[in-house]
Amino acid sequence: MDKEKIVTPPILETSRLRKTFGGLMVIVDLSFTVMSGQIKAIIGPNGAGKTTLFNIITGILPPTKGTIQFKGKEINGEKPHCIAQKGISRTFQTVELFGNMTVLENVMLGRHIRTKMGLIQSGLRLPGVRSEERFISETAKEKLDLVGLMQKANEPASGLPLGEQKLLEVARALATDPQLILLDEPAAGLNETEILRMAEIIRKIRDRGITVLLVEHHMDLIMGISDEIVVLNYGLKIAEGTPEEVKKDQKVIDAYLGVEIEYA
Amino acid sequence: MGKENIRTLFILTICLGIFPFFIRGDYYLSIMIFIGINAITVMGLSLLMGYAGQISLGHAAFLGIGAYCSGVLPVKFGFSIFTAFLCGLFLSAIMAMAIAIPTLKLKGHYLAVATLGFGEIIYIIFNELLEITGGPSGLSGIPSIHFFGYSFKGGVRYFYLVWAIAILLLIFSLNVIHSRIGRALRAVHGSEIAAEAMGVNVSQFKIQVFVLSALYASVAGSLYAHFITFISPPTFGLFVSILLLMMVVIGGGVSIWGALLGAGILTILPEYLRAFKDFDILIYGIILMAILLFMPEGILKGLTVIVKWIKKK
Repeated sequence: MDKEKIVTPPILETSRLRKTFGGLMVIVDLSFTVMSGQIKAIIGPNGAGKTTLFNIITGILPPTKGTIQFKGKEINGEKPHCIAQKGISRTFQTVELFGNMTVLENVMLGRHIRTKMGLIQSGLRLPGVRSEERFISETAKEKLDLVGLMQKANEPASGLPLGEQKLLEVARALATDPQLILLDEPAAGLNETEILRMAEIIRKIRDRGITVLLVEHHMDLIMGISDEIVVLNYGLKIAEGTPEEVKKDQKVIDAYLGVEIEYA
Repeated sequence: MGKENIRTLFILTICLGIFPFFIRGDYYLSIMIFIGINAITVMGLSLLMGYAGQISLGHAAFLGIGAYCSGVLPVKFGFSIFTAFLCGLFLSAIMAMAIAIPTLKLKGHYLAVATLGFGEIIYIIFNELLEITGGPSGLSGIPSIHFFGYSFKGGVRYFYLVWAIAILLLIFSLNVIHSRIGRALRAVHGSEIAAEAMGVNVSQFKIQVFVLSALYASVAGSLYAHFITFISPPTFGLFVSILLLMMVVIGGGVSIWGALLGAGILTILPEYLRAFKDFDILIYGIILMAILLFMPEGILKGLTVIVKWIKKK
C-alpha cells in the first residue's frame, strides 16, 4: 500500500513555508506533503501554528515566505474563494456557521461554487434556475444525510448543540465537492459518543476519495484514524510519520505527549 | 419563492388592485403613491441591509440622482422621459460602483461612512449647480409620464403605474432572496470568513447588491419627480436617507415584507400626527423609540410574536 502512495503525486505540498506576525515567527520553514486519499493529522501544543497553517492554505492569510502547491500548482496568494473553487474546503475551530440560515440552507450555500445562476437570472427566474435550485437542494440533503442531520434540516443553524454544529460544518464543506478537506479541531468540545461519530464520518469522507487534513488534540481520535501525523512545536516541524513512529519519537514526547504515555 | 410568499403577494396585489375603487379622493391616493415610491427604495435597502448586512447612509442621493435626471434632462435638454429615466439608472449604477468598489473590498463599516459623505456631496451639487438644477429654489415644470399618447397624469393611473413597478420589483427581489444569490448574501451577513472559505466572492456580492439597491432608489426617484413635477434638494438630504433606513429597521430588515410594512407605517404616521401640530416630531420620536425598545426585530416579527401569544391564550 505504501508503494502505491509514493507513485501518485502529492495533493498538497508546502515547501519552506514561513509566517511571521511582526517579530513573532508562527510557522518556521515548514515543508510537508499530503498524499491523495490520506487522512493526515497535524498535532502540537496550543500556539504551535496549526490554525495559522490552515488559514494560509485556504488563502485567508498570505504566507510570509515559501510556497503551497495543490495538485502540482502553486496556490499561495490566491483569494480564499478561488482556492475553494479549486477544491479545498474547510471547517473552523470556532464554529463559523451562518446562524441566520437554516441547517439545510447552510449546506446549500456549500453548493454555491458548483452552480452558476447570477443575480439577473435568479431575479427573473429564467429557465434553468428552478432545476439548478432542485439540484442544489438534493445534493445538500445527501450531505446532510451523511452526517446524520437530516431530521433537523429546517431548524435554524444557531439552535443546534455544539456537536451538531461541528457536523453541520463538515456537511457544508463537503457540499463544495472538495478534493481536500481541512478539519480544524473537529472533536473539540464533543463528548465521547460524538467523537466516535465524528471519527466514523471522517473515515467515510476518506472512503469517498476525499483527502483529509486535520488538526486535533484528541489523541485517541488522531491515533485511531490518521495514516500520517505531522507534529509542530512553535511553528517548527519536529516529527512526521505514522502514528506508531510519532508516538515513539523522543522529541514529540518531550514537547507534547509528555513522559507517561498511555498509548505505547 | 415559497407558497406563503406567493399567497401574500397575491393578496397584496388584489388589495392594491381594488383600492382605488373603494377609496376616493386624491389625498389618500397620493399617500398610497408615496408609500409605493418609498417601498421601492426600501426593498432595495432591505436586500442591502437586512440580507447582506451592509449599511448605507446616503440612499437619498440615489433617489435624487434618479429624480434630477428625470427632471433636468427633459426640462432643460429635451430628453424623452424614458431616456432620462435610463440615464438616471445608468448614472446611479456608475456612482454606486464608484463608491462600492473601493469601500466594499475592505472589511468593516466603510460603506456607511463613504455613503454618508457621498450623500452630502450630491446634496451640495444639487444646491450649487444653479443653472442646471435650479439650486435651492428647486426645479419645476417636470412633465408627467406618458407612453404612446397614454398619459399617467391622474392620481388613479399613477397609483397603478407606481404599484405595478413596485410589485414587479418585489417579485424580482423575492426571486433573488430565494436563490443561490440570496443565500450568498445572507451568508455574507452571517459569517464573512466562512462565506469566503466556501467560495463566495464576498466583495463581488456586496458590490452587486449595493448597485442593485441604488438602482431601486433611482427608479423611485424618477417616479417621485414625475408625480410631484417639482423637486428641490432637501427631499434628497441626509434626513431622508435616515428615514429610509428607519423604515427598514422599524419594519424588520431581515424580511422584505417587514421593509414594506416599515415603508407603509413611516409614510402614513406623519400624516396622522399632524393633529398634534407642533408636537408631531416629538410624538413621532417617541413612537419610533417605543417600537425599537419593545420590538427590536421590527414590527413584523413583533406582530408575529403577539399573534402567536394570543392564539395560545
